Formats: sequence, C-alpha cells, structure tokens
Amino acid sequence: MSQYKVVHCNINGKDVEKVVDVRASLTDMLRNEYHLTSVKKGCEVGECGACNVLIDGEAFNSCIYLAVWAEGKHIRTLEGLVGPNGELSDIQQAFIDETAIQCGFCTPGFIMTAVEILEANTLYTDDELRKLLSGHLCRCTGYENILRAVKKTMYRRLGKEIDF
Amino acid sequence: MNKVGQSEVRVDGYDKATGRTKYYEDRMPADALYVRIKHAEKAHAIVKSIDTEAAMKIPGVVKVLTCFDVPDIPFPTAGHPWSMDPGHQDVADRKLLNTHVRYWGDDIAVVIAENEVAANQGVRALTVEYEELPFVLDAQKAMEDGAPLLHEQYPNNILKHTSNRLGDYQNAIKEEGLIKVEGWYDTPTVQHCHIENHGCYAYEENGRIVVVASTQIPHIIRRVVGQALGRPWADIQVIKPYIGGGFGNKQDALYEPLCAWCSTQVGGRCVRIDCAREETFVSNRVRHAIRFHIISWLRKDGTIAARKVECFSNQGAYASHGHSIVAKGMGSFHQHYPCPNMECDSYTVYTNRPVAGAMRGYGMPQASFADESNIDECARAVGMEPMEFRRKNIMPQGYKDNFSGNVNYYDTYRECMKKGAEIIDYERKLKEYANDTGKIRRGIGMATFWYNTAVYPISLETSSNRMLLNLDGTVTMQCGETEIGQGADTAYAQMTAEALGLKSYKDVHVVSCQDTDITPTGLGAYASRQTYVAGFSIKQTAELLKEKILKYACEVTRQAVANMDIEDGNIIRKGDKQVLMSLKELAMTAQYNPVHSEHITAESTYTIRNNAYSFGCTFAEVEVDIEMCKTKLVRIVNVHDCGNLINPALAEAQVHGGMSMAIGYGLSEQLIFDEKTGKPLNNNLLDYKLSTFMDHPNLEAYFIENPEPTSPFGTKALGEPPACSGAPAIRNAILNATGVAINKNPINPHVLFAEFSKAGLINDPWTEKEEK
Repeated sequence: MSQYKVVHCNINGKDVEKVVDVRASLTDMLRNEYHLTSVKKGCEVGECGACNVLIDGEAFNSCIYLAVWAEGKHIRTLEGLVGPNGELSDIQQAFIDETAIQCGFCTPGFIMTAVEILEANTLYTDDELRKLLSGHLCRCTGYENILRAVKKTMYRRLGKEIDF
Repeated sequence: MNKVGQSEVRVDGYDKATGRTKYYEDRMPADALYVRIKHAEKAHAIVKSIDTEAAMKIPGVVKVLTCFDVPDIPFPTAGHPWSMDPGHQDVADRKLLNTHVRYWGDDIAVVIAENEVAANQGVRALTVEYEELPFVLDAQKAMEDGAPLLHEQYPNNILKHTSNRLGDYQNAIKEEGLIKVEGWYDTPTVQHCHIENHGCYAYEENGRIVVVASTQIPHIIRRVVGQALGRPWADIQVIKPYIGGGFGNKQDALYEPLCAWCSTQVGGRCVRIDCAREETFVSNRVRHAIRFHIISWLRKDGTIAARKVECFSNQGAYASHGHSIVAKGMGSFHQHYPCPNMECDSYTVYTNRPVAGAMRGYGMPQASFADESNIDECARAVGMEPMEFRRKNIMPQGYKDNFSGNVNYYDTYRECMKKGAEIIDYERKLKEYANDTGKIRRGIGMATFWYNTAVYPISLETSSNRMLLNLDGTVTMQCGETEIGQGADTAYAQMTAEALGLKSYKDVHVVSCQDTDITPTGLGAYASRQTYVAGFSIKQTAELLKEKILKYACEVTRQAVANMDIEDGNIIRKGDKQVLMSLKELAMTAQYNPVHSEHITAESTYTIRNNAYSFGCTFAEVEVDIEMCKTKLVRIVNVHDCGNLINPALAEAQVHGGMSMAIGYGLSEQLIFDEKTGKPLNNNLLDYKLSTFMDHPNLEAYFIENPEPTSPFGTKALGEPPACSGAPAIRNAILNATGVAINKNPINPHVLFAEFSKAGLINDPWTEKEEK
C-alpha cells in the first residue's frame, strides 16, 4: 500500500480532495491540509473530545478516526456553522450569552456535539443532556454554563418555554 | 451607566465561539522541526551512556542531543518575579537535560526531526544505559537518615523548613481540662488538566531567540530562558498567544528553555515541542501532596487554647515553586482560626516523584482540607454544631495580619456562612441527616477558607500599562497580566472604559497577545492577582491619558482643563455638561494638526504595596451508598466575598470552574505511582478520573460584595478561591452522613471501603476469611 492516498470528501458543504498520509488522523488532515484549526488536540487518544467533528451528522473524536476513512463522507467543523457574513448560529450565540466559554479550547468540540443533540429535535432531560455531552472534558467551566447554553437553545428550537 | 459591575459578554467570545482564536499550535510555522523528548524510565538513576546511532539512521531525524550535550548551567523554573536579593531567588537545581535522573519521566535526551513520526521513532531507538539508584516516593520517608539523596546540597532531602510560633504552645497545653483533637491528614498528587497541553516553538531572528509559548508568564519566561541558556535576557523575545488554560502549570518555565536551546543547535531553525497528555501529567508540574499533623487543644466552652501543625510537602524531583506552597498553606492556620498559642512547622522535601509546582490555590486546598477536617472534629469533641464552632473561632471582623497588612474589614466570614446556610437549608438538614441509618445515608457539611490577593509582601507586585487613543476615539490597552481563559481581558476593558469615561467596554481594544518586545513589563497570571493589580495601573494610566486628552482639548476648546471631563466618549464642560467635542474629533484633530500633531498615548507602572483578604465557604450535600462505598454529591453551594464584582457573569463562571476542581479533589482525582518502580500508573485522562459532565450536580455560586478599600475598583482575588473549600465540605458531609471521619482525599470507593470496614459499617466476607 502506498503511503499516500487521495481522500475525497465534503467539508463544511464543499467537495474537496487532498493527498494525505495514510497514517494521518482526521484531526491532522483537517488542521494541516485544510487549516481548520477549530479542531483542537487535547489528548489525541479519544479521551477529551476537543477534536470532535460531525461525520455524516454524527459526533466523532477526529483524533482516533483515520483521515482515509473520511473518503466520501460529509464532515462538519465549527467553521462551517458561521454564515457567509460572519453570522453566528444560535448555539454559538448561546455559548457567548451564557458565559459557557472561558479558555475556549474545549468549545469547538462541545458546540459540534451540541449541534448533533439539537438536530435530533428531541427534548432531553438534564440527565440525558449531561450524558450526551459527557464525552467532552472541560477544566474551566465545571460544565454548568455549557449545560445552560445547550438546554436553552434546545428549548428555543423546539419552541418551548424553559423551566430553569 | 457604570462599565464595571455589568455582566458584559467576553471580548474574545466571538472568536472563541467560531474557532478563530489562535493558540500556539495554530500559529505554527509549516517548516518547524519536531523535538521529541526521551523521558527516563527509572525513578532514580545516573545515565551512563545513550546510544544515538540507531536514531540518527532514521530518515528525517536531523539531530539527537543528550544530557551530555547541554550547557552546564543549573536554572530555576518557578514563575516568580526576579528578586534582587540572592537569598530570595528561586532554587536553580536542574539542567536542560539531566544525567542524574530524579524521577520516572525526567528529561534525558531529545530527537529533532523533520516530521513527528521520525521524531517519535528516534526517541524509541535510543538505548540508555543507567546506573540504578534506590528511590523514595514519600516525603517523610525521604527525610529519614539513610534515605536516597536527590540533591547533594540538601541533607535529608529537605529543601526548606520554616516555622511559625505564636505565644507558648508547650506551656499552654498544660492548662487543666483541655480536650485534645489530633489527626493526620493526607492530600494527593493531582494535576491541572488544562485541555490544551503545554507546547511552544522557537527560532532565531536577527541573532536573538523568539519563543512562542503556551504560558501564563511571558515576561518571566524571558528571564528563565536567558538564564538557562546563559544569554542576556534581552536576547530573548517571548510571545504568548491565547492559551487553553493554565491553572498554575504554565506559571513555570516548562519546555521553553529546552525548545530555545534546541533551535540554537540546528542553526536557529524553528523547532517545536508539543507535550502529549501523558507527558503533561508527569513531566510538567503537579500539585504538592502535603501531609498534615494537627493537634488542637480545646476548652469545654469551645475556644481553642493551642494548636500544633506540622506540614510535610512532597516536592518531587526539582524545586520549582518549592517551599512557597506549603509556607502559604501553613500561614493560613493562625489567621483562619486565630489562637494565642501556636507551634507550626513545614517541610518541603525532595522525592523521586514528578515535580510539584503552582496549582490553583497554591497550598490552600491542601491546608483547607486538613484544617477544616480537624475543625469539624473539634466541634464534635466539644459537642458544638460545626458552623457554630466556626462562628465562635473564625477570624473576627477587624483582624489584622501584621505581615501582609491585610485587614478583615467586614464580618465577611459570618455573612458568607449565613447566606450559604440559608440557601442550602443547612441547619435543618444537619440535624435530620445525623440520624440516617439506612444503606443510603444523606449528609451535609461545610468548610471555609481565606485567600490572599497577589503576592505582596513576599515578592514584587507591579503592573505596567499602556493606553493609546485611536483615531476613532477608541482606546487600545496593553498590559503584562495575561488572559488565560479567566476573562481578564474583558475585566480590563470594563475597568479602562470606566476609568476613562468611554461609552462602552467595546470602545477598548485590549491587546490580548503579550510580546515581551512590545508589551509593558508585567508578571503574568497567577496568585489571583490580575484584576486587582491591573486595576491600579489601569486607573493610574487612564488618569495620565485623560490629562493628555484634556490638555490637548484645552487648545481646541479654550476651556480650562479643570473644567472639562470625559463622559460617554465625549469631552464635556463640567458646569453645564455641554458636549464640547467627541474623543474621535479630538484624536483626529490632534493627529492631523499641521501645527501641533500629537499621537496621544500614556504609559505607567504601578508598584502595588497592598494585599487583600478574599473569603468564602462551601456547603455540600451528599448521599453515601454504604455498601457500594460510593458518594453522590447532591448539591454544592459556594459563597464568595471577592469585593466588588467587575463582571458578575464571568465571576460566577470562574467560581463554577473552581468548584469543579474542588469536587475532583474531594472525590476522584489523583495520580498514582507504582511503589516498586516509581512509575506513574494513570497519567491519562481516562484513568486519572477528572470530573466529567455526569459527576457534578448543578454548581451554585453566590457572592457577598463588600468593597475592598485598597483597590481602586473595590475588587480582590477570585481566581483560586473557589478551589479551596470544596473538598473538606464534601468530607464533612460524608462525616455527617456516616459518622466516619475520612482523613485523606480523594474520598473514592477504595478509601471508603477501607474506612467503612474499619468502622464496622460493612462486613467484607473476603477480608474476614483472610483474617481467619
């Protein structure tokens, strides 16, 4: 097997292709080949969730997902949530408004899992939300305001009154 | 409207929510060479030789450097300000790479390669020949005669011993009828676990060395790199971009000196060091494990006659912040519960474990665990309710510490306790839960703490500031006190807007990135100091800038300087509040005036010669499953008095983070080591047991805002305080639930199993069989 391979995929709505090292992780490909630096490296063994992206709508730790597996896949990173004129999505705005961001290093990964949660169009309980978000580690926030941001956005999208 | 005291959104919020914020690795030059470190796989040894031949043959490997190649310059790493007094300087006890291996993970060689794979392969290809030495992991065992010696100049491995004597302890304990409450309290080795690992890159430019680093302390790093390489400090330029958390680990020179030196060994090419998570746990810094021995002598009326406190601090292999941490912890006892007769001793002891340095709380979470555990038992010993015992003995209003000059201006402790107790319904639950006898028992507990703000008078406290009036009437502000995630930049923008009379904090551009070639000299982020110390230099510099603005305005408006002021971004006449001109008009006029052009800027340094007490408490409610030996934290409430809040939402968020760290400290986190080899066993995020989303109840943070009189903005420490009292509150809640006093943390199922077995709460058939 050659050490390099062309990987065709769709990243943030755009069809792209690059030659990548077959040993490279998806994190490496997104950061190094596509300069999508919202994809963060906190452990590189799938423990912290900082590198999380959506692959065909599902959240994955991109550090333990080989770049070559991305062939034919639809990948979304935090950069893809921003509108053409820099408009923020509701969940990004909620992270700002609820003070759910401190150092910001875990933020991109968390927001992408939040996107997966919100796109399920389901009203989850707090316990369910905690479990769904528990693949991410954060040392700054104690998770409290992240829960608020996700929960409020979930209620808003479902058109329901929030019960805080 | 006031600019301070508002819950404004973060100035860096948009960029962080969009992933645009650049951390050191996001700015990495594409041609940077990879430096990977060979860490010793012995706890204590002498490196006899390193065979580099196989590594050099790997394609892509550029250079291999070993402990036999480095400059013979021992250097200190602690992120303390430089002291002109040699007796007060940090201990210089390590080299860039070490032949004398003092812990499992010590740095002994590096491989520099064109790519990461080659660098890693190169490290694996090195063959090291060691002369093994006996090792010691425990601080008290390391003090024994004949224990393995780590540093020749420190007999019995004692880096430092200090004491604190008040009154006459030995005589005081002779008083008749005293009740003795004695305990040994053990705190664990834990790690900061910021999500961004430490890393840096370095290159030469015009004969100088540039280091870009994930650090809290760029100006101090410049000095340490200079020292370690034997170069003038001005030869070094340190740039600090946004960082993904620090919590004290990055208040130390980690790999910046080694990285800078590696660049000089490959002709000044750019080289990068990126710590893996496993390296962060072991080869950066950890929190000191401190063992305390406390004897309290009580009178029947619940007053404290005398106290003895011994502290044994496990320093690990190198001095780093050294004795400062346990000294701070020891110094808390006599102020927390003032007592006329005290005998306190603290020892900082080298051991063959990872290096302990600064970590959020700097000795206080350890001291608080021991002190507040002992105090709860004191209350029980005299038959008092724990909070009542505290109210009786805790630092009273008006208390003054003669060393720091700190004064307890308000009756804050009691105010905080009252508020917390009401919120959680403490007194009712305390009584109700004390009678729980089932398999699942509920309990409630509390603990208090105090904390200093900044480091005066122990070290220099200074803050410098530069402000520039931009042509659109906004202001650019720079200072050396760094943004590390806590929200300092936002607080600075609010304070600057307030001090200058701008319309909004959005009219202030805080230059977040510190560059030691450009940024006014500051000390960085530590000691919960930023908002407090920067407050002084912001106020002073804003007044200078305002004076310059009004002086120029006088030329244009012909109004006397004394009759003018700045409000909402306009220059106004004080008497009738008439707007004379906007700051934008003034700035444009001043810049482009063909007769008198001026770029209006101000810069100043303020030397802070004050400190300030920050106070607070934690209330915790638990459910203990006796048979499963598991504790579920049901509710946790923190109440803080950190003076006036500059930004209430950010303050609350910061408290959440500290509470989370305290929960981990209380219940789950610790680094463990193989007793047979000294090898760390759980240096990864899976096995270390950092709290996850599912390990917390809602975190409830409250404030008492008593304005701090020494601060121009009435504010004081908040960064570290929330990490101090959580663990002992949980411990005391478990005591309330089960009647079992646990004197070590984290209180995980392993600990509870042993303690519940001892207390007869559970009967383990397996253990019984073994005993028979």
